[in-house]
Amino acid sequence: MTRSQLSFGLDFLDSVAGFEIAESPIAYRATDTYGRALLVGLLNTLMVSFVGIVLATLLGIVVGVARLSGNWLVNRVSAGYVEVMRNTPLLVQLVLIYAVLLQLPRAIDSIVLPGTIYLNQRGLFLPEPVLESAAGSWLALVALGVAIAIGARRTATRRTAAGRPARGISFVGLTALVALPVVGWAVLGTPISLEPPVLVGFNFVGGLALSPEFTALLVGLVIYTAAFIGEVVRGGIQAVRRGQVEAALALGLTPGQTLRLVVFPQALRIIVPPLTSQYLNLAKNSSLAVVIGYPELFNISRTAASQTGQPVAVIVIVMGAYLTISLGTSLLMNIYNRHVQVREV
Amino acid sequence: MTSDHLAPPVPVVGPVAWMRRNLFSTWYDTVVTAVLGGVLGLSVVRVLDWSLTEARWGVVTSNFRLFLIGTYPIDDAWRIWLSLTVLSVLAGSSAAIYGGGAVRTLSTWLGAGQAILAGLAFVSGSGLVASGALLLNAAAVWLAFAVALRWRGPRRWLSMAWLASIPVAVILLHGVGGPVLPVVGTNLWGGLLLTFVLALVGVLLSFPFGVLLALGRRSDLPVVRAMSTIYIELIRGVPLVTILFMASIMLPLFLPGNVRIDQVIRAMAGITLFSAAYVAENVRGGLQAIPTGQIEAANALGLNALQRNLYIVLPQALRAVIPANVGLFISLLKDTTLVTIVGLLELLGIGRAVLAQSQWFGAHMEVYVFIAAVFFLMCYTMSQASYRLETAMGVGKR
Repeated sequence: MTRSQLSFGLDFLDSVAGFEIAESPIAYRATDTYGRALLVGLLNTLMVSFVGIVLATLLGIVVGVARLSGNWLVNRVSAGYVEVMRNTPLLVQLVLIYAVLLQLPRAIDSIVLPGTIYLNQRGLFLPEPVLESAAGSWLALVALGVAIAIGARRTATRRTAAGRPARGISFVGLTALVALPVVGWAVLGTPISLEPPVLVGFNFVGGLALSPEFTALLVGLVIYTAAFIGEVVRGGIQAVRRGQVEAALALGLTPGQTLRLVVFPQALRIIVPPLTSQYLNLAKNSSLAVVIGYPELFNISRTAASQTGQPVAVIVIVMGAYLTISLGTSLLMNIYNRHVQVREV
Repeated sequence: MTSDHLAPPVPVVGPVAWMRRNLFSTWYDTVVTAVLGGVLGLSVVRVLDWSLTEARWGVVTSNFRLFLIGTYPIDDAWRIWLSLTVLSVLAGSSAAIYGGGAVRTLSTWLGAGQAILAGLAFVSGSGLVASGALLLNAAAVWLAFAVALRWRGPRRWLSMAWLASIPVAVILLHGVGGPVLPVVGTNLWGGLLLTFVLALVGVLLSFPFGVLLALGRRSDLPVVRAMSTIYIELIRGVPLVTILFMASIMLPLFLPGNVRIDQVIRAMAGITLFSAAYVAENVRGGLQAIPTGQIEAANALGLNALQRNLYIVLPQALRAVIPANVGLFISLLKDTTLVTIVGLLELLGIGRAVLAQSQWFGAHMEVYVFIAAVFFLMCYTMSQASYRLETAMGVGKR
């Protein structure tokens, strides 16, 4: 140990980091400490993982359902997508996407997407939701509506189980869910407005600006993981026995009801455990961003390790952080899993 | 009802009926087909246009040798081709002797892959020797297949030959010193060669380690069980890059001062430690699938723990998890790209190094598309072989 001049203290966390970080959700300057720099990295990792998981799940469901489509073209395109994504390394996909993003036109020649979204070599520029002063009260109204709807649904389920009519109650819940936000929006006068990005000089001002690094990482993680989630979803739906669907239809359920009440609840039980490991993979794979320079946890820890001369301490902290993220995600998903599993009555 | 009220019958066979059934069965089906077909058509045209007119493929062809073997000395390249010959002959004979669709698929693709590489090497003008050697190797696969089909040697010999091929390949590639086989340091290995070596070493070393971990996790000894469980969960909870990084820093600390190990060995160690935890989880699945009756029967026959595991439990458990382990090998092969982060020049690392050459500035797309295509061919082949294996073995059906 002494030979290689490595020490194992944690004192370095309080010393000045001295390097800039390109993007940070919290205030950070080069004069801040290593501890804060690592925290920035952790927050960036959490941010991209969370957004990535949500988007990958949505895309994954689409891919999985598309693979079961009776439309030959949809089916084949989805299968081809899954094979290409699963059989090429994520790292190659990331550097490829990043290379594409950097070859995009300059800000003044941006590619305009529907909904005032601009794409150029400086990244992706989206309209940003701005909370007006009345936003708090409007969100409270929405929450109230959701609460009433959930309460009504519970009551309706209980009444149906007890053999009493429940149609009116469901209607009240649905009305509250829709009417409260709509009326609130009108009365409070657009509590949340969208601020579009505006081209000023050579760059966009305002709106939500995503750097090319973040965009490339997010897109790469989402399209890669969605292929795996798609397979998980397909497997789950296919595992529901055909007789279940036939029985449901024979009982007079509509195809929509069959899907919602019979197929999905059973498929979900099979889907959730492998889905969890896909979420974990996505969070862990975010560390590959180091090759495209997004300042996530591993990237910052590498800089910190080389600057402080205490790589072992840094890497132990970072592994601990990843382990905590993994265990935390597993825990949440296990709770959810217990929720969807069969409950013996 | 008379027959003249009936509409003409809708065709049920032929391309029109097929399209009506599979592409335009409802109005929204038609819309989806039209939109998707349009987008797909435009993308294909755009990609073809790019790859045929804009793309500067010269970046790949003029650096083809680097992509293939890195900076391995050209005078010693025959050692790589000879190692490949050993592999080709063994694969060809295995396809004949073991039979089985999966082995045949892999062997076919080993031959075809080498033929493709030979063609690319020829086109790129990166050495007639290389393309000739690769072509001969491709022929060796088929030749070995044909010979072994006639003369079916015992399987045991083939297994022995596979085992013996590992030290032979190591000696050939790394060398032992002297005039014939001078040492070629691993710092000169690169490109596809390094990718293959890392993946193969990773799978070969992590397999026994993973089996031990899996047995350890089911052990009756609490300490062994706890240690195995902690190891597996710890490794599976962190990304591979952190382990590679740790291996490149920590391994030197554990060794005496005068021993220096190079980066490639450190990366191999990192990959092996990482992969073993995943192998262990796969094998554990296989172990759990074995009925208790088997173990009780083994105990009743008076077998001790070692004999029970060696003769009764493991053969059944490992057989059941072969497809899962092929999947693992595919992800391992893809994960070898991560060693570029700790500075090794495997396929992706070489690609990034090539992009630093001034005359190929900005040719990122060409390089990365080429690398992605190489990986796709290898991984897709293996995943198809694994499907065949699954069907042939009837996993989940017995």
